[in-house]
Amino acid sequence: MTYFSSDLWWWPFLFILLAGWLATDFWRFLGVALGGRMEEGSDLLVLVRAVATALVAAVIGNLIVFPGGALAVTPLALRIGAAALGFAAYLGSGRRMIVGIVTAEAILCLGLWLGF
Amino acid sequence: MADTVTSLHRSVHRRRAWFLRGARGAFSLPGLILVSSFVGFAALAKDAGVTVAQAVFMTGIVWALPSKVVFVGAILAGASLPAVALAVTLSAIRLMPMVMALVPEMRDERTPRWVLYVLSHCVAVTSWVLAMERLRRVPRAMRTTYYAGLGLTLIAVNMVVVAVVYALADSLPSAVSAALLMLTPMYFLTSLWGSARERAGHVAMILGLVLGPLFHLLLPEADLLAAGLIGGAVAYAWHRMRQNAAA
Repeated sequence: MTYFSSDLWWWPFLFILLAGWLATDFWRFLGVALGGRMEEGSDLLVLVRAVATALVAAVIGNLIVFPGGALAVTPLALRIGAAALGFAAYLGSGRRMIVGIVTAEAILCLGLWLGF
Repeated sequence: MADTVTSLHRSVHRRRAWFLRGARGAFSLPGLILVSSFVGFAALAKDAGVTVAQAVFMTGIVWALPSKVVFVGAILAGASLPAVALAVTLSAIRLMPMVMALVPEMRDERTPRWVLYVLSHCVAVTSWVLAMERLRRVPRAMRTTYYAGLGLTLIAVNMVVVAVVYALADSLPSAVSAALLMLTPMYFLTSLWGSARERAGHVAMILGLVLGPLFHLLLPEADLLAAGLIGGAVAYAWHRMRQNAAA
């Protein structure tokens, strides 16, 4: 029952509908239905947001530490260094995303160019 | 009769103008950053063995990039359908409070419910940030129209971007592919930090960054779930302790 376990052409699309569309639009529709009845600063929302944030952060961590494709052959230290310095540049520039992203990419490319 | 026709005509014109203004909002710096991270996502999906049709379909039907990245990460790990669905469901919880915050900004007393349900599909980090910032300057009766222009344009543009990257990705040198694959984590690293409402969000993010790779080694079948639940619970406990200390 995995994504790649069937040869049927429609299986991946069904998989996307069930595990992707239902799993996301369920929350969006619930958001409309509740329409602001839940209190913005309530403790339950803090917990909900913390779990969601940690989950997405775990994905980010895995994408940097265990990447796929062409990124997989680059050294781990270079990826972590580029991400850390990019993040520092983001914080240092007053949280400007573009500065953080460009810095990380520049360091990664420089590292690859220098033959790390 | 002629009057009604003219006024109908005028109102259609007005709606079209605000729809187009919303669409123009997609071509902004946050929109550009989003496109660049969809370039990264397309590279990621292609690398995982997802076909171009599936990736474009996923972009339109799921839309939220964090959920899509979780989805691709989970299918890549060979997770079963229920496990993938659970991981994506957890990653998408954040959409609910976002929609709840956006709906009161967007509707007026005459907005039909179904319009809100349809438009809620467009909610993801970028369109939400843009809408929360710009809707205040849009006349209330035109806000759903404006958001439809903004949200639908962002989705359409990025579906095209994904298709184009699929066509080009094979001919790219490996350093460029590596740089593209780095875009997604960097986009989330910065946007996630910036969107945190309270300190607990930052604590949760740091814990998730460390626990994700750790559980990937310890518990490969359920790494995301374990990192999310444990990291989130610890961050929440920290939040409560700080509140109690302050009280």
